Amino acid sequence: MKAFRGQPSIFTSRSAEENRAELEVKNLSLNFGGVVALDNVDVSVRTGELLAIIGPNGAGKTSLLNCITGYYRAQKGTMAFNGQDIFHLSTHHLTGLGIGRTFQNIELFPGISVLSNMLLARHVHTKYGVASASVFSRSVKREEVRHREVLEELIDFLEMQAIRKQLVGSLPYGLRKRVELGRALALEPKLLILDEPFAGMTLEEKEDMVRFLMELNQAWGQTMILVEHDMSVVMSISERVMVLDFGKKITEGPPETVQNHPQVIKAYLGDAVKI
Amino acid sequence: MRNLQLHPCGNFRETYRQELTIFETDFGRLATLVGLILLFAFVPFVSSAYILYIINTIGIFAIAAIGLNLLIGYTGQISLGHGAFFGVGAYSAAILATKVGVPFVIAVPAGGVITALVGMVFGIPSVRLKHLYLCIATLAGQIILDYVFVQWESLTGGAAGISIPTASLFGLDLGSDRIFFFVIFVCFAVMTWMAVNLIRTRYGRAFIAIRDNDQAAEGMGIPIFLYKLLSFAISSFYAGFAGALYAYYMMSITPEPFSLWLSIEYIAMIIIGGLGSIPGAVFGTVFIVVLNEVLSIATEFLMNVGVTGMGITIAPLREFTYGLAIVLFIIFEPKGLAEVWRIVRSSFRLWPFSY
Ligand SMILES: Nc1ncnc2c1ncn2[C@@H]1O[C@H](COP(=O)(O)OP(=O)(O)O)[C@@H](O)[C@H]1O
Ligand SMILES: [Mg+2]
Repeated sequence: MKAFRGQPSIFTSRSAEENRAELEVKNLSLNFGGVVALDNVDVSVRTGELLAIIGPNGAGKTSLLNCITGYYRAQKGTMAFNGQDIFHLSTHHLTGLGIGRTFQNIELFPGISVLSNMLLARHVHTKYGVASASVFSRSVKREEVRHREVLEELIDFLEMQAIRKQLVGSLPYGLRKRVELGRALALEPKLLILDEPFAGMTLEEKEDMVRFLMELNQAWGQTMILVEHDMSVVMSISERVMVLDFGKKITEGPPETVQNHPQVIKAYLGDAVKI
Repeated sequence: MRNLQLHPCGNFRETYRQELTIFETDFGRLATLVGLILLFAFVPFVSSAYILYIINTIGIFAIAAIGLNLLIGYTGQISLGHGAFFGVGAYSAAILATKVGVPFVIAVPAGGVITALVGMVFGIPSVRLKHLYLCIATLAGQIILDYVFVQWESLTGGAAGISIPTASLFGLDLGSDRIFFFVIFVCFAVMTWMAVNLIRTRYGRAFIAIRDNDQAAEGMGIPIFLYKLLSFAISSFYAGFAGALYAYYMMSITPEPFSLWLSIEYIAMIIIGGLGSIPGAVFGTVFIVVLNEVLSIATEFLMNVGVTGMGITIAPLREFTYGLAIVLFIIFEPKGLAEVWRIVRSSFRLWPFSY
C-alpha cells in the first residue's frame, strides 16, 4: 500500500524483533460478584495481524482488553506476550513491554495540550534520570528534542498539525479520539489495542480513522486488536473477527463467515428474528 | 546570533530546542537576571536587621513550600506532615552537627537526604489512599514525628532542644544574618531552578499525569506508586534541606515550631500562592510570612496601647486571618497569587490596549 504522508521514522526504523507481537490468551475467566464478564475466553494474535473483536454492549469486550492491559485481574486463565507470562504484570509494566491502548471513554488529559498529552507517552522511551533532569543536562535536552521530532512525525501522519498546541479539553469528540490514537502510537507499541475507536464519530471522521488504521496495519505492519460494537466498519478492514457475547466467544474467523454465523445474527438481532 | 525576543506577540521559535527554554522571552530571562543581581547586590546591604531576618525566613520557608507544591500542586498527593518533615531536617542537621561533628556543607544536604527517606516512609500509604484518607495518614505522620521530637530525649534533647554551633563554610564564619542571607538565597535560587527543571522533564509530566488521571498515567507506562514515592522524597528533601538551614540560622531548635500548625501554614502558602506553580509557592511564602509579622506587630501594638482584655480576644486573630485569606483566594482567585501576578504582568504588557 502506498504511504500517503511521509514515513514516520518510528515505523520505518523498526526491526522485525521490535515488531514482534505474539499474544496468547487462554481460558480467561473474569467475574464481578455474580456477573460473569468473561467465560473461558481464548484470544491469539499474530505479528502484523489486525484482529477485530465485536459483540453487543456488555459482551465483555472492554473487560477483555482491561485484562490484557493489566487494569483487571482475571480469576483464571493464562496470558503470554511474545512467550513471556504476563498474567500478573501491572499496567505500566505491560506498556513497557509494548502493549499500548486507547480507551472507550477517552482517557486523555484535558487540561494540557495535544503535544503534552503525546509527550507523556514517551515516558517509556525516555532514559535520563532524576539527577540529570534536575540540572537539565545536555543529554536531557537532546532526548527531549528527539521526542519532539518523533511526535511531530506522528502529528503529520495523523494530520493534526493545526491542533498540536490546543488544549485537549477544547477539541471535539472525534478529534480527541484521534489524539488518543496519536498518544498510543507515541508509545511505539508492538501491540496496539483500540477500544471502540469509531464510537461517536461522524462519517467523515470514521473514514479518516479507517484510513489511518489501514495504513498503520498494512503499510507499517502495526499489529492491532480492534474492539468495535458496530459490525459494519470492522467487516471491511479486518482479516479475522472474533465475536463475544455474554462473556463467551461465539465464533471466530474471516468476516464473511462470521457475518453469516447464526449465533452472531442472534446476538446482534435478538431472539425475535428467525433465519 | 538569533533575534532577541522581547515582546511576545506570537511564537517565533524555529527549533524544538528553542521550545525547551524556561523563559518565553528574552525579556523574562533579563528580568530574572536583574532580579537576582538586585537581590544579591542590594537587599542584604540596604535592609535593616529586622527586614533581613524576615527576608531570610522567607527564603528558607520558600524552599520548603516549593517542595510541598511539587507534592500537592503537581502530584496531587496531599500531605499534612510537611511541618514535621521540616523539623526532621532541622533535627537531623542539628544532631549531625553536635553529636557527630559534621560540618555545615554536609549537614544541610544530609538533613535533606534523611528527610527524603523519612518522607518516603510516610508516603507509603499513598499506594492505597487518596485525598482525605491520605491527608489523615500524613496527619498521623505529623503527630508521630512531633512525639519523637519531644520524647526521644537522648537524641533530640526533648523540650529543651538542641543548640547548634555557628555554621562555617570552608573556614568562613556564617554567623551574621547578612552572610547567611547569601547561603540561603544561593540555595534558594539553585533549588528553584532544579524544581523548574524537574517540572519540564519526564518527572513533572509524570507527576501531573498522576494528579489528573492515575489510570491513564499508568497506561503511559508510568509506575504510579514509585513516582508518588519519588514525589514524596523530592518534596521532603526540599523540606528537610530548608529545615536544616533553619536550624543553623536559628542556632537552637525546640519541637514547638514543627507542629501541625506549621504544616497548615505550608498548605496555606501554596494555596494562596497557587497550586502547581513554582513562583506561586514563593509568592505564597512571602504572603504568609509577612502576614505573620503584621499580625504579631498588630497584637503587640494593641497590647501596648493598653487594651488589656484585647490580648486574649485577638489571640485567635492569626487563625482567623489565615482562614479568611484561604477562603477568599479559593473563591476569587483559585489559581492564587501566581495568577494575579500573571494578570498584572500581561496588563502591563498590553497597556494601554488592555481588555
Ligand atoms: N468494573 C466493573 N465492575 C463491575 N462490573 C463490571 C465492571 N466492568 C465490567 N463489568 C460488567 O462486565 C460486563 C461486561 O462489560 P464490558 O466489558 O464493559 O462490555 P463491553 O465492553 O463489551 O460493552 C458487563 O455486564 C458489565 O456490567
Ligand atoms: Mg466496552
